Parts: sequence; structure tokens; C-alpha cells
Amino acid sequence: MSRSVFDGLKFRKVDSPIHNLDPRVKFIYVLGVFVAAIMYNEIIPLLLLFLMQIPFVLLAGVQKQWFRSLRGALFLALFIFLTNILFRYIGAGYTFLPADIEFSVAVTIRFIVLVASFSVFFLTTSPDHLGLALEQSGVPYEFSFAFTTAVRFVPVLAEEATTIMDAQKARGLELEKGSFMKRIRNYVPVLIPLIVSAIRRSLELAEAMESRAWGATKKRTNLYELKLHKGDFAMLIITFVIIALEVYVRLFVPIPPLSGGLLF
Amino acid sequence: MIEVEDIYFKYQSGTEALKGITLKIKDGEFVAIMGQNGAGKTTLVKHFNGLLKPSAGRVLVDNIQTTKSSIASLSKTVGFVFQNPDHQLFSETVEEEIAFALKNFGFNQETIEKQITWALNLLSLTQYRKTSPFMLSGGERKRVALASVLAWDPKILVLDEPTIGQDHEQKEILRQFIVQLQTQGKTVVIVTHDVEFVAECNPRVILMREGKIVADGEGKEILTNTNVLAESSIVLPQIAQIFAQLESMRLPKNVIDIYEAKEILQRAYGRQKE
Repeated sequence: MSRSVFDGLKFRKVDSPIHNLDPRVKFIYVLGVFVAAIMYNEIIPLLLLFLMQIPFVLLAGVQKQWFRSLRGALFLALFIFLTNILFRYIGAGYTFLPADIEFSVAVTIRFIVLVASFSVFFLTTSPDHLGLALEQSGVPYEFSFAFTTAVRFVPVLAEEATTIMDAQKARGLELEKGSFMKRIRNYVPVLIPLIVSAIRRSLELAEAMESRAWGATKKRTNLYELKLHKGDFAMLIITFVIIALEVYVRLFVPIPPLSGGLLF
Repeated sequence: MIEVEDIYFKYQSGTEALKGITLKIKDGEFVAIMGQNGAGKTTLVKHFNGLLKPSAGRVLVDNIQTTKSSIASLSKTVGFVFQNPDHQLFSETVEEEIAFALKNFGFNQETIEKQITWALNLLSLTQYRKTSPFMLSGGERKRVALASVLAWDPKILVLDEPTIGQDHEQKEILRQFIVQLQTQGKTVVIVTHDVEFVAECNPRVILMREGKIVADGEGKEILTNTNVLAESSIVLPQIAQIFAQLESMRLPKNVIDIYEAKEILQRAYGRQKE
């Protein structure tokens, strides 16, 4: 379950109109989707937002990995749905109100929209480009480097987690066995080696970098520079239209609740 | 006994790691699985305790099909020591580390105590009983990992790269240890790149390449077969290299044992003097 979420963040170098977009532009787009998702509590606009991701996914040709990351997020989505519905149920005086169910569905879709859009972003943006984008937006190199390294090491850690799980299973650990609390405790033998080896790895990385004169010059130059192309401007325009539309609809168009008779 | 019947395995990423492997490992055998990186060695041994299930074909451990049994219950028969001890050490003391598996398998407190003492003694770790495994050196951590598996006395032992990061003395201890296990009738399977170590142990060697077995037989024969080894980018053991170089002297070529080599050379030298 947890591994497939990471798979959805793994970048593969492919040539597609989405992969070739400037990372900054893509990030603004994702941010636009993010803001929109937060602005709405209703099912219809959130569903539309979700459907909006599909053309990008198809254009980038990453549907398989994208779908996998969605499937990985399913468990958390279910958790969000259940807690929402539970607390709404208690809050409403132990009754199910159609509006509450609708709300719970909506926040769950919101979460899926966020996962979906971030997944497209990470699947189509190489960590190198991401670091470059941060650097050229004025973020100090130390921070942008830390960020790209973190992103780059996610798949490595995920792989390591699998090995650790295998090693502990070979010693009779059964992760899915026992009560809810027991199951959480089952992960201790997996998490400790994972954290210890991540710390070890980062210390080794720091030494390796320093022995290659990391940070020796104050002003770094880059081999590649990011430049906006025609496609990037088109994407920017699309993004701004979407954001403008979102704000307009939010402010001036009343969204009818589904529970008015459509669904319930 | 481990019986592997024409298994195929494909990882989620699409890589076909095993392409039709058939082999039988009898009780009490000592087997070294060799081959270059990515040949499928670790993938194959992960089938022995059910960590991986074949996409096609079947694996039987003591006549039980691995798909019909849990990893935990298979592990009781097949102890698997991973390459990197840091992938499994997590307890506060060495003692607790060894107790972990024993508790998982549901042994009673008395047995657990007894087995810990036994395993610590076996791997000369008794002095570290109350030490944190994280404070130990690399070689010692490796021994703790080994002890934590040996503790439940599995019938079959799989060691993934047991000699990596070990000095010569530790390797020799490990070798003697494996011999000792064998006299107790245990089956030992090692996955390794260490040609010299295999040459010293002279086990049955299974050579893999690109998910297939390319050679299976006596170590002495396979580790001196220049053609087969070259294809798997394995260098001959040093003794075999000497004998390959001395081809013109018409000595036997399938020699990997140092004592055998000594005797052959002595004889040849005597012959020349005459």
C-alpha cells in the first residue's frame, strides 16, 4: 500500500509536452489546483477538478504510474472519509444528514484531487529541473539542494523499506497480525532500521559532498538555464483562466447541493 | 529439502528476474549460488522462505508448496540472513535482538533464554549480550544478525553475501562455522561473489546468469572452467589461475584447494629434478 504511493512520485525521463513544460509553470498550475480544491466544499466542482487532471495525465503518458499512486492513496482517502463522517454524525446529534455525507465525500475527493495533481507534477518533473527552478526563483542553493536530495531519496528509501520488511518477515514478523494497536507496534522493527540507515546515509552523503568541495564557491553557475517557451506561456494562460474561473464561480455562482433531490 | 520446479519470476517493474529455474537442494547439502549482479541470485533464494512467490512453477520446502504457507512458518525451517545487518537490527540490546524472532515464533521464556545463550556463545558474542547492536563494529553487527537467525536453529540456512565486509579471520571463522553446521546435518545455501571463499569451502556451485542456471556442479569443476566463468564475469580463484598459467607443464587444471595444489606442485617439481 505505502510503496505504491511512492511509485507515483517516481520520475521517469520521457519526452512529452507535459514533461517538457517549465517546472515553475507546472508548479503554478498545481498550486492553482490546490487553491481551488481548498476553496470548494462541494462535490461537483471538486469532481470537475479531478477530471481536469486526466487530459494532462494522458498527454504525459503516465497513466499507469498515476493510477498506481491514486490506488496507494485510497487507504488514506477512506480514513479521511470515515473520520469525517463519524465526527459529522456525532456533531449532528447521532444522525446521518445528507449534507454531512455530501461534505465527507467532498473532502475525500479534495484529498484525491491533491494527490492526483501532485502526482502528475512529480511524475513529469525531474528532480534536477525542480532544483533548478527553485534556484532560479531565488531560493538559496543550500535549501534547493536539500529539497532535491529529499525528493531523489524517496524511491531509495522506499526500496530500503521493502528490504527491511523482508528481513524482519524472515524473522517471523507478521505485519498484518494482531489488534489495531499491535499492528502499529509491528512497524517499530521496520521504522528503526529505516531511520538509522537514513541518518547513516545522509552523513555519508555529507562527507562525500564535502570531499568534492561542496560549497567552495559562493556564486554557483549552472550548465542549464530554464527558459520559458511558447508552450509554457500557453500553459500559464490556461492556469490563469482556470484560477479566474474558480474565483468567479466561488463568488458569484451558487452551487446546488446534490442532496436537493438529485442523490438522496 | 528444497525443490524448485521450473519457476519464473517477474518484478512489478517488469524485469524478468527468473526464467525457468529447476533445482533440488538435498538435506545437508552446502550450496553456493554465484553469478554477476542482476543474475537473479537473491531473487531465487527469496523464493526459499516464501518472501517471493513464483509467477509460474512452484517451490517446495520439505514437500510444502511455498504458496500454501506463510512466510513466518516457512522461516521456521528456512532461516534467511540478509546481506546488510543494518536492515534488521533495531533492539536496544543484542539479547533483545536475538529474542525478537524467538518471540515471534512463540517459544516460551525458558527456551528463549536458553537459545539466546546458545546463539551468543556460538558466535562468540556473549560479552556483548547487554550492548546495543548499534554500538558494535560492522563485522560484529553481521554476527549479531546471523545469531538472531541461528537462535531458532533452522534446518536450512540461507546466507546472502555472508563474507562482505569481513576480514580474513572472520571469513575463516565463518567457514569453520558452516562446516560445523554441516556436520549437524544442516543445509547451507550461500549467495556470494567471493570466489576465494567458495574455493576454500568447495561446496556445490550453482552459477546463474540472466535469470537462468548456466552451470551446476562441484565447485572444483565450475570454478576452473574458464569459458563458463568468463561469460559470468567471474575471475578464477588464484590457485586455479596459477594452474591455468602453468598449462604447458601438463598439470591437472581443476585444482582450487591449496593443499592439493601444494602436493601436485611438489610432485611436478620432483619430477623435473629427476
